[in-house]
Amino acid sequence: MIEGIFVEGLIYGIMVLGVFISFRILDFPDLTVDGSFPLGAALMVQCLLSGMNGWVALLVAFAGGVLAGVATALIHNHLRVPNLLAGILTMTMLYSVNIRILGNRANVPILDQPTILKQVTEKFTGIIPDEYILLVFFVIVALVVKVLLDLFFRTDLGMTLGAMGNNEQMVISQGVNPKTLKTIGVGLSNGLVAISGAFAAQYLGFADVGLGQGIIVSGLASVMIGEFLMLKSNRIGVLTFCALAGSICFYAVMYVGRFYGYVIHMTPSDLNLIKGVLIIVLLIMTQAKKLKVPFKVAK
Amino acid sequence: MIELKNVSIVFGQGTVNENKALNNINLKVKEGDFITIIGSNGAGKSTLFNTIAGTYLPSEGQIFANDKNVTRDPEYKRAKYIGRIFQNPLLGTAGNMSLEDNMTITHKKGMKWLRRSLNNKTREIFRQELVQLKMGLEHRMKENLVMFSGGQRQALTLLMMVLSKPSLILLDEHTAALDPKNAEIVLELTNKFISEYKLTGMMITHNMTHAIEFGNRLLMMDGGEIIFDIEGEAKKALTVEKLIQKFHELRHKTFENDRTLLAED
Repeated sequence: MIEGIFVEGLIYGIMVLGVFISFRILDFPDLTVDGSFPLGAALMVQCLLSGMNGWVALLVAFAGGVLAGVATALIHNHLRVPNLLAGILTMTMLYSVNIRILGNRANVPILDQPTILKQVTEKFTGIIPDEYILLVFFVIVALVVKVLLDLFFRTDLGMTLGAMGNNEQMVISQGVNPKTLKTIGVGLSNGLVAISGAFAAQYLGFADVGLGQGIIVSGLASVMIGEFLMLKSNRIGVLTFCALAGSICFYAVMYVGRFYGYVIHMTPSDLNLIKGVLIIVLLIMTQAKKLKVPFKVAK
Repeated sequence: MIELKNVSIVFGQGTVNENKALNNINLKVKEGDFITIIGSNGAGKSTLFNTIAGTYLPSEGQIFANDKNVTRDPEYKRAKYIGRIFQNPLLGTAGNMSLEDNMTITHKKGMKWLRRSLNNKTREIFRQELVQLKMGLEHRMKENLVMFSGGQRQALTLLMMVLSKPSLILLDEHTAALDPKNAEIVLELTNKFISEYKLTGMMITHNMTHAIEFGNRLLMMDGGEIIFDIEGEAKKALTVEKLIQKFHELRHKTFENDRTLLAED
Protein backbone atom coordinates (compact mmCIF):
# COMPACT_ATOMS: atom_id res chain seq x y z
CA MET A 1 0.00 0.00 0.00
CA ILE A 2 2.71 2.44 0.99
CA GLU A 3 4.52 2.01 -2.35
CA GLY A 4 1.21 2.61 -4.11
CA ILE A 5 0.93 6.00 -2.42
CA PHE A 6 4.42 6.96 -3.48
CA VAL A 7 3.97 5.77 -7.06
CA GLU A 8 0.74 7.72 -7.37
CA GLY A 9 2.29 10.77 -5.72
CA LEU A 10 5.25 10.69 -8.09
CA ILE A 11 3.20 10.13 -11.26
CA TYR A 12 0.97 13.07 -10.40
CA GLY A 13 4.06 14.86 -9.08
CA ILE A 14 5.15 15.52 -12.66
CA MET A 15 1.80 17.23 -13.19
CA VAL A 16 2.31 19.16 -9.95
CA LEU A 17 5.66 20.41 -11.27
CA GLY A 18 3.82 21.69 -14.34
CA VAL A 19 1.22 23.43 -12.21
CA PHE A 20 4.01 24.84 -10.06
CA ILE A 21 5.63 26.39 -13.14
CA SER A 22 2.47 28.09 -14.35
CA PHE A 23 1.03 29.17 -11.01
CA ARG A 24 4.12 29.99 -9.03
CA ILE A 25 6.93 30.82 -11.42
CA LEU A 26 4.98 32.43 -14.26
CA ASP A 27 2.12 33.73 -12.11
CA PHE A 28 -0.18 32.51 -14.88
CA PRO A 29 -3.16 30.61 -13.44
CA ASP A 30 -3.52 28.08 -16.20
CA LEU A 31 -6.61 25.87 -16.29
CA THR A 32 -5.56 24.13 -19.51
CA VAL A 33 -4.21 21.41 -17.21
CA ASP A 34 -7.68 19.87 -16.85
CA GLY A 35 -7.60 19.20 -20.57
CA SER A 36 -3.92 18.53 -21.20
CA PHE A 37 -3.73 15.77 -18.58
CA PRO A 38 -6.28 13.52 -20.33
CA LEU A 39 -4.78 14.67 -23.65
CA GLY A 40 -1.48 13.09 -22.59
CA ALA A 41 -3.33 9.96 -21.51
CA ALA A 42 -5.31 9.73 -24.74
CA LEU A 43 -2.27 10.26 -26.95
CA MET A 44 -0.32 7.62 -25.03
CA VAL A 45 -3.09 5.05 -25.31
CA GLN A 46 -3.71 5.64 -29.01
CA CYS A 47 0.00 5.55 -29.84
CA LEU A 48 0.42 2.29 -27.94
CA LEU A 49 -2.63 0.81 -29.67
CA SER A 50 -1.14 1.71 -33.04
CA GLY A 51 1.98 -0.24 -32.07
CA MET A 52 4.30 2.64 -31.34
CA ASN A 53 7.18 2.35 -28.93
CA GLY A 54 6.25 3.53 -25.43
CA TRP A 55 8.99 6.13 -25.17
CA VAL A 56 8.15 7.62 -28.57
CA ALA A 57 4.53 7.72 -27.45
CA LEU A 58 5.64 9.63 -24.37
CA LEU A 59 7.30 12.21 -26.62
CA VAL A 60 4.11 12.49 -28.66
CA ALA A 61 2.14 13.06 -25.46
CA PHE A 62 4.63 15.73 -24.37
CA ALA A 63 4.38 17.47 -27.74
CA GLY A 64 0.57 17.37 -27.53
CA GLY A 65 0.67 18.98 -24.10
CA VAL A 66 3.05 21.68 -25.31
CA LEU A 67 0.71 22.48 -28.19
CA ALA A 68 -2.25 22.76 -25.81
CA GLY A 69 -0.27 25.17 -23.63
CA VAL A 70 0.86 27.18 -26.63
CA ALA A 71 -2.79 27.44 -27.74
CA THR A 72 -3.75 28.90 -24.36
CA ALA A 73 -0.84 31.33 -24.41
CA LEU A 74 -1.66 32.45 -27.96
CA ILE A 75 -5.32 33.04 -27.09
CA HIS A 76 -4.24 35.04 -24.05
CA ASN A 77 -1.51 37.00 -25.85
CA HIS A 78 -3.14 37.89 -29.11
CA LEU A 79 -6.82 38.16 -28.29
CA ARG A 80 -6.15 39.84 -24.94
CA VAL A 81 -8.31 37.31 -23.16
CA PRO A 82 -7.62 37.03 -19.40
CA ASN A 83 -5.37 34.05 -18.73
CA LEU A 84 -8.00 32.19 -16.71
CA LEU A 85 -10.52 32.40 -19.52
CA ALA A 86 -7.94 31.42 -22.14
CA GLY A 87 -7.21 28.27 -20.13
CA ILE A 88 -10.89 27.43 -19.77
CA LEU A 89 -11.39 27.86 -23.52
CA THR A 90 -8.58 25.47 -24.40
CA MET A 91 -9.65 23.02 -21.72
CA THR A 92 -13.21 22.95 -23.04
CA MET A 93 -12.05 22.45 -26.61
CA LEU A 94 -9.65 19.72 -25.51
CA TYR A 95 -12.56 17.71 -24.12
CA SER A 96 -13.84 17.19 -27.66
CA VAL A 97 -10.35 16.72 -29.05
CA ASN A 98 -9.61 14.02 -26.47
CA ILE A 99 -12.75 12.07 -27.38
CA ARG A 100 -11.72 12.32 -31.03
CA ILE A 101 -8.25 11.02 -30.22
CA LEU A 102 -9.78 8.13 -28.33
CA GLY A 103 -11.79 7.24 -31.44
CA ASN A 104 -15.12 8.75 -30.34
CA ARG A 105 -15.05 6.83 -27.11
CA ALA A 106 -14.87 8.17 -23.59
CA ASN A 107 -12.77 5.34 -22.23
CA VAL A 108 -10.18 3.12 -23.91
CA PRO A 109 -8.38 0.34 -22.01
CA ILE A 110 -4.81 -0.75 -22.75
CA LEU A 111 -4.63 -3.78 -20.54
CA ASP A 112 -2.81 -5.98 -23.05
CA GLN A 113 -0.48 -3.37 -24.57
CA PRO A 114 3.28 -3.38 -23.91
CA THR A 115 3.38 -0.17 -21.87
CA ILE A 116 6.60 1.32 -20.58
CA LEU A 117 5.67 0.20 -17.12
CA LYS A 118 5.19 -3.41 -18.22
CA GLN A 119 8.51 -3.42 -20.07
CA VAL A 120 10.28 -2.05 -17.02
CA THR A 121 8.61 -4.55 -14.72
CA GLU A 122 9.59 -7.43 -17.01
CA LYS A 123 13.18 -6.28 -17.24
CA PHE A 124 13.76 -5.88 -13.53
CA THR A 125 11.65 -8.69 -12.19
CA GLY A 126 13.79 -10.85 -9.95
CA ILE A 127 16.40 -8.10 -9.50
CA ILE A 128 14.21 -5.86 -7.36
CA PRO A 129 11.19 -7.15 -5.41
CA ASP A 130 8.22 -6.84 -7.76
CA GLU A 131 6.23 -4.38 -5.68
CA TYR A 132 9.14 -1.95 -5.59
CA ILE A 133 10.02 -1.93 -9.30
CA LEU A 134 7.51 0.78 -10.20
CA LEU A 135 8.42 2.77 -7.12
CA VAL A 136 12.11 2.82 -8.06
CA PHE A 137 11.22 3.58 -11.67
CA PHE A 138 9.06 6.55 -10.81
CA VAL A 139 11.53 7.89 -8.27
CA ILE A 140 14.06 7.96 -11.10
CA VAL A 141 11.61 9.49 -13.62
CA ALA A 142 10.50 12.20 -11.18
CA LEU A 143 14.09 12.99 -10.23
CA VAL A 144 15.16 13.24 -13.87
CA VAL A 145 12.30 15.65 -14.60
CA LYS A 146 13.08 17.63 -11.45
CA VAL A 147 16.81 17.91 -12.19
CA LEU A 148 16.16 18.90 -15.82
CA LEU A 149 13.76 21.61 -14.62
CA ASP A 150 16.28 22.84 -12.04
CA LEU A 151 18.90 23.10 -14.78
CA PHE A 152 16.47 24.87 -17.09
CA PHE A 153 15.55 27.47 -14.49
CA ARG A 154 19.21 28.27 -13.96
CA THR A 155 19.77 29.17 -17.58
CA ASP A 156 19.32 32.76 -18.75
CA LEU A 157 15.97 31.89 -20.30
CA GLY A 158 14.77 30.12 -17.16
CA MET A 159 15.79 33.03 -14.96
CA THR A 160 14.02 35.47 -17.23
CA LEU A 161 10.86 33.37 -16.96
CA GLY A 162 11.15 33.64 -13.18
CA ALA A 163 11.67 37.38 -13.40
CA MET A 164 8.58 37.76 -15.59
CA GLY A 165 6.36 36.07 -13.01
CA ASN A 166 7.70 38.52 -10.48
CA ASN A 167 7.92 41.72 -12.47
CA GLU A 168 6.72 41.83 -16.06
CA GLN A 169 7.85 45.43 -16.57
CA MET A 170 11.43 44.45 -15.82
CA VAL A 171 11.40 41.81 -18.53
CA ILE A 172 9.93 44.26 -21.05
CA SER A 173 12.62 46.78 -20.10
CA GLN A 174 15.21 44.14 -20.95
CA GLY A 175 13.96 44.02 -24.51
CA VAL A 176 12.33 40.61 -24.12
CA ASN A 177 8.84 40.00 -25.42
CA PRO A 178 6.80 38.72 -22.46
CA LYS A 179 4.39 37.05 -24.89
CA THR A 180 7.15 34.76 -26.13
CA LEU A 181 8.12 33.93 -22.57
CA LYS A 182 4.55 33.11 -21.61
CA THR A 183 4.19 30.85 -24.63
CA ILE A 184 7.37 28.97 -23.71
CA GLY A 185 6.46 28.70 -20.04
CA VAL A 186 2.85 27.62 -20.42
CA GLY A 187 3.85 25.22 -23.19
CA LEU A 188 6.48 23.59 -20.98
CA SER A 189 4.07 23.40 -18.07
CA ASN A 190 1.41 21.62 -20.10
CA GLY A 191 3.98 19.34 -21.68
CA LEU A 192 4.85 18.08 -18.21
CA VAL A 193 1.18 17.69 -17.34
CA ALA A 194 0.67 15.59 -20.48
CA ILE A 195 3.64 13.36 -19.57
CA SER A 196 2.06 12.86 -16.18
CA GLY A 197 -1.23 11.97 -17.88
CA ALA A 198 0.56 9.51 -20.14
CA PHE A 199 2.10 7.70 -17.18
CA ALA A 200 -1.20 7.77 -15.30
CA ALA A 201 -2.93 6.07 -18.24
CA GLN A 202 -0.33 3.29 -18.21
CA TYR A 203 -0.58 2.89 -14.46
CA LEU A 204 -4.36 2.79 -14.47
CA GLY A 205 -4.54 0.68 -17.61
CA PHE A 206 -6.90 2.98 -19.49
CA ALA A 207 -7.41 6.51 -20.76
CA ASP A 208 -10.58 8.33 -19.86
CA VAL A 209 -11.76 11.81 -20.89
CA GLY A 210 -12.78 12.38 -17.28
CA LEU A 211 -9.26 11.79 -15.96
CA GLY A 212 -8.48 15.46 -15.87
CA GLN A 213 -11.54 16.57 -13.98
CA GLY A 214 -10.42 18.64 -11.01
CA ILE A 215 -6.77 17.82 -11.66
CA ILE A 216 -5.84 21.50 -11.44
CA VAL A 217 -7.25 21.60 -7.91
CA SER A 218 -5.21 18.53 -6.96
CA GLY A 219 -2.12 20.13 -8.47
CA LEU A 220 -2.66 23.40 -6.69
CA ALA A 221 -3.38 21.65 -3.38
CA SER A 222 -0.15 19.67 -3.76
CA VAL A 223 1.88 22.80 -4.50
CA MET A 224 0.39 24.50 -1.46
CA ILE A 225 1.01 21.52 0.83
CA GLY A 226 4.62 21.46 -0.37
CA GLU A 227 5.02 25.15 0.33
CA PHE A 228 3.37 24.78 3.69
CA LEU A 229 5.40 21.85 4.91
CA MET A 230 8.78 22.93 3.68
CA LEU A 231 11.17 25.70 4.46
CA LYS A 232 10.69 28.94 2.66
CA SER A 233 13.46 29.10 0.12
CA ASN A 234 14.13 30.60 -3.24
CA ARG A 235 16.38 27.91 -4.58
CA ILE A 236 14.66 26.30 -7.50
CA GLY A 237 15.94 22.88 -6.42
CA VAL A 238 14.21 23.20 -3.06
CA LEU A 239 11.02 24.52 -4.64
CA THR A 240 10.68 21.66 -7.11
CA PHE A 241 11.45 19.21 -4.32
CA CYS A 242 8.68 20.80 -2.24
CA ALA A 243 6.26 20.40 -5.14
CA LEU A 244 7.05 16.69 -5.42
CA ALA A 245 6.87 16.16 -1.67
CA GLY A 246 3.58 18.07 -1.57
CA SER A 247 2.22 15.82 -4.28
CA ILE A 248 3.13 12.67 -2.33
CA CYS A 249 1.50 14.07 0.83
CA PHE A 250 -1.62 15.09 -1.06
CA TYR A 251 -2.06 11.74 -2.76
CA ALA A 252 -1.42 9.99 0.54
CA VAL A 253 -4.36 11.90 2.00
CA MET A 254 -6.49 11.02 -1.02
CA TYR A 255 -5.43 7.37 -0.79
CA VAL A 256 -6.43 7.19 2.84
CA GLY A 257 -9.69 8.90 1.96
CA ARG A 258 -10.41 6.34 -0.77
CA PHE A 259 -9.60 3.27 1.28
CA TYR A 260 -10.64 4.21 4.77
CA GLY A 261 -13.26 6.84 4.03
CA TYR A 262 -16.02 4.25 4.47
CA VAL A 263 -15.40 4.40 8.21
CA ILE A 264 -16.99 7.83 8.24
CA HIS A 265 -19.41 6.90 5.41
CA MET A 266 -17.40 8.78 2.80
CA THR A 267 -17.75 7.77 -0.84
CA PRO A 268 -15.19 8.37 -3.63
CA SER A 269 -17.46 11.08 -4.96
CA ASP A 270 -16.82 13.07 -1.81
CA LEU A 271 -13.13 13.38 -2.66
CA ASN A 272 -13.55 16.55 -4.71
CA LEU A 273 -15.21 18.18 -1.74
CA ILE A 274 -12.33 17.04 0.46
CA LYS A 275 -9.81 18.50 -2.04
CA GLY A 276 -11.54 21.86 -1.99
CA VAL A 277 -11.82 21.91 1.79
CA LEU A 278 -8.15 20.95 2.01
CA ILE A 279 -7.17 23.97 -0.10
CA ILE A 280 -9.33 26.27 2.01
CA VAL A 281 -7.79 24.94 5.22
CA LEU A 282 -4.31 25.40 3.75
CA LEU A 283 -5.14 28.97 2.74
CA ILE A 284 -6.36 29.74 6.25
CA MET A 285 -3.27 28.20 7.78
CA THR A 286 -0.95 30.13 5.46
CA GLN A 287 -2.77 33.35 6.31
CA ALA A 288 -2.40 32.60 10.01
CA LYS A 289 1.28 31.89 9.49
CA LYS A 290 1.75 35.20 7.70
CA LEU A 291 -0.08 37.14 10.41
CA LYS A 292 2.07 35.61 13.07
CA VAL A 293 5.41 36.73 11.67
CA PRO A 294 5.23 40.52 12.17
CA PHE A 295 3.83 39.88 15.64
CA LYS A 296 6.90 37.90 16.54
CA VAL A 297 9.19 40.56 15.12
CA ALA A 298 7.39 43.22 17.13
CA LYS A 299 8.10 41.37 20.34
CA MET B 1 19.12 60.12 -31.78
CA ILE B 2 15.43 60.27 -30.92
CA GLU B 3 13.12 62.52 -32.82
CA LEU B 4 9.41 63.14 -32.34
CA LYS B 5 7.52 64.68 -35.25
CA ASN B 6 4.06 66.16 -34.61
CA VAL B 7 3.29 63.54 -32.00
CA SER B 8 -0.11 63.65 -30.34
CA ILE B 9 -1.67 61.28 -27.87
CA VAL B 10 -5.40 61.31 -27.30
CA PHE B 11 -6.98 59.19 -24.61
CA GLY B 12 -10.57 58.07 -24.94
CA GLN B 13 -10.92 59.38 -28.49
CA GLY B 14 -14.51 60.13 -29.39
CA THR B 15 -15.84 59.88 -25.85
CA VAL B 16 -16.88 62.56 -23.39
CA ASN B 17 -13.66 61.97 -21.53
CA GLU B 18 -11.50 62.70 -24.55
CA ASN B 19 -8.21 63.99 -23.29
CA LYS B 20 -5.33 65.25 -25.35
CA ALA B 21 -2.37 64.21 -23.23
CA LEU B 22 0.20 65.26 -25.79
CA ASN B 23 -0.47 67.97 -28.31
CA ASN B 24 1.65 68.12 -31.44
CA ILE B 25 5.03 67.54 -29.84
CA ASN B 26 8.17 68.16 -31.87
CA LEU B 27 11.35 67.22 -30.12
CA LYS B 28 14.81 66.28 -31.22
CA VAL B 29 17.10 64.71 -28.68
CA LYS B 30 20.71 65.00 -29.79
CA GLU B 31 23.43 62.57 -28.89
CA GLY B 32 24.97 63.47 -25.54
CA ASP B 33 22.05 65.62 -24.41
CA PHE B 34 20.93 65.42 -20.81
CA ILE B 35 17.50 66.99 -20.72
CA THR B 36 15.60 67.81 -17.56
CA ILE B 37 11.83 68.12 -17.79
CA ILE B 38 9.61 70.05 -15.40
CA GLY B 39 5.92 70.72 -15.31
CA SER B 40 3.00 70.28 -12.95
CA ASN B 41 0.96 67.10 -12.64
CA GLY B 42 -0.96 66.34 -15.80
CA ALA B 43 1.40 68.36 -17.96
CA GLY B 44 2.19 65.27 -20.04
CA LYS B 45 5.72 64.50 -18.84
CA SER B 46 5.13 60.85 -18.09
CA THR B 47 2.99 60.47 -21.21
CA LEU B 48 5.91 61.84 -23.21
CA PHE B 49 8.18 59.16 -21.72
CA ASN B 50 5.60 56.44 -22.28
CA THR B 51 5.35 57.54 -25.90
CA ILE B 52 9.10 57.54 -26.44
CA ALA B 53 9.45 54.15 -24.73
CA GLY B 54 6.57 52.64 -26.69
CA THR B 55 4.11 51.96 -23.87
CA TYR B 56 1.64 54.19 -25.71
CA LEU B 57 1.53 54.32 -29.46
CA PRO B 58 0.94 57.87 -30.72
CA SER B 59 -2.48 58.80 -32.10
CA GLU B 60 -0.76 61.04 -34.61
CA GLY B 61 2.79 61.77 -35.66
CA GLN B 62 5.96 59.79 -35.98
CA ILE B 63 8.90 58.78 -33.84
CA PHE B 64 12.39 58.19 -35.17
CA ALA B 65 15.27 56.50 -33.40
CA ASN B 66 18.67 56.76 -35.06
CA ASP B 67 16.85 57.91 -38.22
CA LYS B 68 14.70 54.79 -38.26
CA ASN B 69 10.94 55.06 -38.01
CA VAL B 70 9.94 53.26 -34.82
CA THR B 71 6.45 54.73 -34.41
CA ARG B 72 4.79 51.30 -34.40
CA ASP B 73 7.49 49.35 -32.55
CA PRO B 74 6.27 47.81 -29.29
CA GLU B 75 7.90 48.68 -25.99
CA TYR B 76 10.05 45.57 -25.71
CA LYS B 77 11.69 46.24 -29.07
CA ARG B 78 12.53 49.83 -28.22
CA ALA B 79 13.78 48.72 -24.82
CA LYS B 80 16.85 47.32 -26.54
CA TYR B 81 18.22 50.83 -26.95
CA ILE B 82 16.12 52.79 -24.46
CA GLY B 83 16.75 52.32 -20.75
CA ARG B 84 14.09 53.44 -18.37
CA ILE B 85 13.80 53.94 -14.64
CA PHE B 86 10.49 54.42 -12.92
CA GLN B 87 9.48 56.28 -9.82
CA ASN B 88 8.64 52.97 -8.13
CA PRO B 89 12.00 51.48 -7.16
CA LEU B 90 10.55 47.97 -7.26
CA LEU B 91 9.77 48.05 -10.99
CA GLY B 92 13.34 47.68 -12.19
CA THR B 93 14.29 44.47 -10.41
CA ALA B 94 12.77 41.11 -9.54
CA GLY B 95 12.42 40.95 -5.75
CA ASN B 96 12.18 37.20 -5.37
CA MET B 97 15.49 36.61 -7.11
CA SER B 98 19.03 37.07 -5.95
CA LEU B 99 21.17 40.05 -6.86
CA GLU B 100 23.43 38.02 -9.12
CA ASP B 101 20.45 36.47 -10.93
CA ASN B 102 19.02 39.93 -11.50
CA MET B 103 22.29 41.13 -12.93
CA THR B 104 22.52 38.10 -15.18
CA ILE B 105 19.15 38.97 -16.68
CA THR B 106 19.84 42.66 -17.06
CA HIS B 107 23.47 42.89 -18.12
CA LYS B 108 22.57 42.16 -21.70
CA LYS B 109 19.40 43.15 -23.50
CA GLY B 110 17.31 41.01 -25.78
CA MET B 111 15.84 37.51 -25.72
CA LYS B 112 17.57 34.99 -23.49
CA TRP B 113 18.15 31.38 -24.47
CA LEU B 114 19.38 28.22 -22.87
CA ARG B 115 22.85 29.51 -22.09
CA ARG B 116 23.97 29.83 -18.53
CA SER B 117 25.96 33.04 -18.41
CA LEU B 118 26.20 33.23 -14.63
CA ASN B 119 29.59 31.78 -13.75
CA ASN B 120 32.56 32.78 -11.66
CA LYS B 121 33.88 35.06 -14.38
CA THR B 122 30.68 37.07 -14.80
CA ARG B 123 30.19 37.02 -11.04
CA GLU B 124 33.54 38.76 -10.66
CA ILE B 125 32.58 41.34 -13.29
CA PHE B 126 29.30 42.02 -11.50
CA ARG B 127 31.10 42.33 -8.19
CA GLN B 128 33.48 44.94 -9.57
CA GLU B 129 30.63 46.91 -11.07
CA LEU B 130 28.75 46.85 -7.78
CA VAL B 131 31.71 48.42 -5.98
CA GLN B 132 30.95 51.65 -7.86
CA LEU B 133 27.72 52.03 -5.89
CA LYS B 134 29.67 52.19 -2.61
CA MET B 135 26.80 50.47 -0.82
CA GLY B 136 28.55 47.24 0.09
CA LEU B 137 26.23 45.31 -2.23
CA GLU B 138 29.17 43.38 -3.68
CA HIS B 139 29.13 41.27 -0.51
CA ARG B 140 25.43 40.49 -0.78
CA MET B 141 25.20 39.00 -4.26
CA LYS B 142 23.37 35.86 -3.17
CA GLU B 143 20.69 37.75 -1.24
CA ASN B 144 17.20 38.23 -2.56
CA LEU B 145 16.33 41.76 -3.55
CA VAL B 146 13.30 41.92 -1.24
CA MET B 147 15.89 42.27 1.52
CA PHE B 148 17.23 45.49 -0.02
CA SER B 149 15.97 49.01 0.59
CA GLY B 150 14.20 51.06 -2.08
CA GLY B 151 17.27 53.27 -2.44
CA GLN B 152 19.54 50.30 -2.94
CA ARG B 153 17.21 48.77 -5.49
CA GLN B 154 16.93 52.03 -7.40
CA ALA B 155 20.70 52.47 -7.42
CA LEU B 156 21.00 48.90 -8.62
CA THR B 157 18.44 49.45 -11.38
CA LEU B 158 20.43 52.47 -12.47
CA LEU B 159 23.70 50.54 -12.52
CA MET B 160 22.22 47.59 -14.38
CA MET B 161 20.62 49.89 -16.91
CA VAL B 162 23.88 51.73 -17.52
CA LEU B 163 25.75 48.44 -17.97
CA SER B 164 23.43 47.43 -20.79
CA LYS B 165 24.64 50.55 -22.64
CA PRO B 166 21.36 52.06 -23.85
CA SER B 167 21.51 54.91 -26.36
CA LEU B 168 18.87 56.84 -24.43
CA ILE B 169 17.89 56.72 -20.79
CA LEU B 170 14.54 57.91 -19.44
CA LEU B 171 14.42 58.77 -15.75
CA ASP B 172 10.85 59.26 -14.58
CA GLU B 173 11.21 60.99 -11.19
CA HIS B 174 13.40 58.11 -10.20
CA THR B 175 14.30 59.62 -6.83
CA ALA B 176 10.82 60.80 -5.82
CA ALA B 177 9.94 57.70 -3.80
CA LEU B 178 13.20 57.69 -1.86
CA ASP B 179 14.09 59.42 1.37
CA PRO B 180 16.22 62.60 0.98
CA LYS B 181 19.51 60.88 1.77
CA ASN B 182 18.98 58.01 -0.65
CA ALA B 183 17.59 60.38 -3.26
CA GLU B 184 20.80 62.38 -3.00
CA ILE B 185 22.94 59.25 -3.45
CA VAL B 186 20.96 57.99 -6.44
CA LEU B 187 21.01 61.42 -8.05
CA GLU B 188 24.76 61.69 -7.60
CA LEU B 189 25.20 58.26 -9.14
CA THR B 190 22.98 59.29 -12.04
CA ASN B 191 25.10 62.32 -12.70
CA LYS B 192 28.29 60.31 -12.39
CA PHE B 193 27.14 57.57 -14.77
CA ILE B 194 25.81 60.01 -17.32
CA SER B 195 29.09 61.88 -17.55
CA GLU B 196 31.28 58.78 -17.23
CA TYR B 197 29.50 56.70 -19.84
CA LYS B 198 28.56 59.73 -21.99
CA LEU B 199 24.90 58.79 -21.95
CA THR B 200 22.05 60.59 -23.61
CA GLY B 201 19.28 61.05 -21.11
CA MET B 202 16.02 62.68 -20.15
CA MET B 203 14.97 63.23 -16.57
CA ILE B 204 11.60 64.26 -15.18
CA THR B 205 11.82 66.07 -11.89
CA HIS B 206 9.58 68.14 -9.66
CA ASN B 207 12.59 69.80 -8.18
CA MET B 208 13.38 73.02 -10.05
CA THR B 209 16.79 73.37 -8.47
CA HIS B 210 17.73 69.94 -9.78
CA ALA B 211 16.26 70.73 -13.15
CA ILE B 212 18.50 73.76 -13.40
CA GLU B 213 21.56 72.17 -11.85
CA PHE B 214 21.61 69.00 -13.94
CA GLY B 215 21.83 68.59 -17.67
CA ASN B 216 22.46 70.85 -20.60
CA ARG B 217 18.89 71.40 -21.67
CA LEU B 218 15.59 72.06 -19.94
CA LEU B 219 12.03 71.52 -21.12
CA MET B 220 8.98 72.92 -19.43
CA MET B 221 5.70 71.21 -20.17
CA ASP B 222 2.10 72.24 -19.61
CA GLY B 223 -1.19 70.94 -20.95
CA GLY B 224 0.48 68.36 -23.16
CA GLU B 225 2.79 70.86 -24.84
CA ILE B 226 6.42 71.76 -24.53
CA ILE B 227 6.10 75.44 -23.68
CA PHE B 228 9.70 76.27 -23.00
CA ASP B 229 12.92 74.73 -24.34
CA ILE B 230 16.24 76.17 -23.29
CA GLU B 231 19.79 74.86 -23.58
CA GLY B 232 23.47 75.61 -23.30
CA GLU B 233 24.65 78.89 -21.82
CA ALA B 234 21.13 80.28 -21.55
CA LYS B 235 20.14 77.36 -19.35
CA LYS B 236 23.12 77.87 -17.07
CA ALA B 237 21.93 81.41 -16.39
CA LEU B 238 18.52 80.20 -15.22
CA THR B 239 17.27 80.61 -11.67
CA VAL B 240 14.14 79.31 -10.00
CA GLU B 241 12.63 82.82 -9.99
CA LYS B 242 13.27 83.24 -13.70
CA LEU B 243 11.63 79.90 -14.41
CA ILE B 244 8.51 80.79 -12.46
CA GLN B 245 8.34 84.14 -14.16
CA LYS B 246 8.77 82.53 -17.54
CA PHE B 247 5.93 80.16 -16.86
CA HIS B 248 3.72 83.07 -15.88
CA GLU B 249 4.60 84.96 -19.05
CA LEU B 250 3.95 82.00 -21.27
CA ARG B 251 0.78 80.73 -19.74
CA HIS B 252 -0.75 83.84 -18.19
CA LYS B 253 -1.75 81.84 -15.20
CA THR B 254 -0.43 81.88 -11.69
CA PHE B 255 2.27 79.54 -10.82
CA GLU B 256 1.55 79.78 -7.14
CA ASN B 257 -0.61 76.68 -7.05
CA ASP B 258 2.07 74.74 -8.76
CA ARG B 259 4.78 76.05 -6.58
CA THR B 260 4.17 73.32 -4.07
CA LEU B 261 4.46 70.75 -6.83
CA LEU B 262 7.57 72.23 -8.33
CA ALA B 263 9.37 72.30 -5.02
CA GLU B 264 12.16 74.80 -5.00
CA ASP B 265 14.58 72.78 -3.01
